[in-house]
Amino acid sequence: MSMDRREFIKIAGLTSLVGAGASGAFQLLEPGVLDAATHEEHGHGDAAHGQAEEQASGPKVRWAMTVDVRKCEDPEVVKRIVTACHTAHNVPDFGNPKDEVKWIWADTYEHAFTDSANEFMDKSIEHLPFLLLCNHCDDPPCVRVCPTKATFKRPDGVVAMDYHRCIGCRFCMAGCPYGSRSFNWRDPRTVLEGKPYNPNFPTRMRGVVEKCNFCVERIWKGLQPACVEAAPDVLTFGNLADPDSNVRQILRVRVSMRRKPELGTKPSVFYLV
Amino acid sequence: MYDANKILIGLAIFLGLMTYPVWSGLGRAVQAPKPEIDTPIIQKMPEKKCVENTHFMKTTHMQLINEWRDDALRKGEREYTNARGEKVLMSLQLTCMNCHSNKDKFCDSCHNYAGVNPYCWDCHLTPKQMKEGI
Repeated sequence: MSMDRREFIKIAGLTSLVGAGASGAFQLLEPGVLDAATHEEHGHGDAAHGQAEEQASGPKVRWAMTVDVRKCEDPEVVKRIVTACHTAHNVPDFGNPKDEVKWIWADTYEHAFTDSANEFMDKSIEHLPFLLLCNHCDDPPCVRVCPTKATFKRPDGVVAMDYHRCIGCRFCMAGCPYGSRSFNWRDPRTVLEGKPYNPNFPTRMRGVVEKCNFCVERIWKGLQPACVEAAPDVLTFGNLADPDSNVRQILRVRVSMRRKPELGTKPSVFYLV
Repeated sequence: MYDANKILIGLAIFLGLMTYPVWSGLGRAVQAPKPEIDTPIIQKMPEKKCVENTHFMKTTHMQLINEWRDDALRKGEREYTNARGEKVLMSLQLTCMNCHSNKDKFCDSCHNYAGVNPYCWDCHLTPKQMKEGI
């Protein structure tokens, strides 16, 4: 077969074009490339390596909480829990729902479990207050949408906030299906003046989003979260990754519910009914 | 030129006022800041030493505090091992300000001189606020 120079250049050019295009298309279809932000922050070097190892064997710690709903009937118990948390973290109380900042609060069954409304349900549960807080989801939508990685999931499952990085865009508030996040419309210090407060914990500033931090500053010291300490018979805090932990033992014998399970966020807060 | 006298006098006053910041400082040296370390806790120390040596702290404290912030908050590692091998809790409020409880005579003296305005205290409590309330 004979081929002149002109023919050869045409075929070679076409082939290389197809080759370059194909490799681009394959890279585009590679899994993960088109995904938005990944769940956890990609550290450099050691951190990234550690994460890969962790994913292979599953995390060793995943903090979780159970709420015994029937023990919340007394409004004093709810108040004690909320006050303990909000005092420990210098959460301001503006006294109006528009500016409200909350880390843990109580709401009705209908509002907590919007998807499982049942007109013939157990009357004893229907009127109970449900303690709501950040669910510290295994697949947190707030982390996916945060443009600055100010909110991120720690290796121990806690969805944490870095207030230094928060730009106040409130994407996370739109992303959170549980309404667990509050925006500081006003300077929280204006209403914290003269109130009981925790001198060892910072406040926030105007223009950042805040939420429950699962008391990372306390669990680091080996303490229980402030809410659990205030009502240990209602709330239980423990490691979901350990099959023999207190929360796993409770979940094995009690019927539990999680909020909006159909969204696939896999909350770490379980309601015992 | 009409009203030359009035214009010239006006110009002279205007120039004098405009250049006031320049000539008012002439011949006067501005005192370099002297951050004080005279606090009860530092007084009680047998050997006065910070987390790292003084030169390092003077030049690099801002980077150190930034690293502490990321380590404590983002990585969950709250213990810092210094060059002397001692372990220190990484906390601006509980470690730094525990010894340097005189913020206005320590932090502020240099920061005001250098014209820097770190936003630490928008959220973190000053030693005074920790003691007396927000």
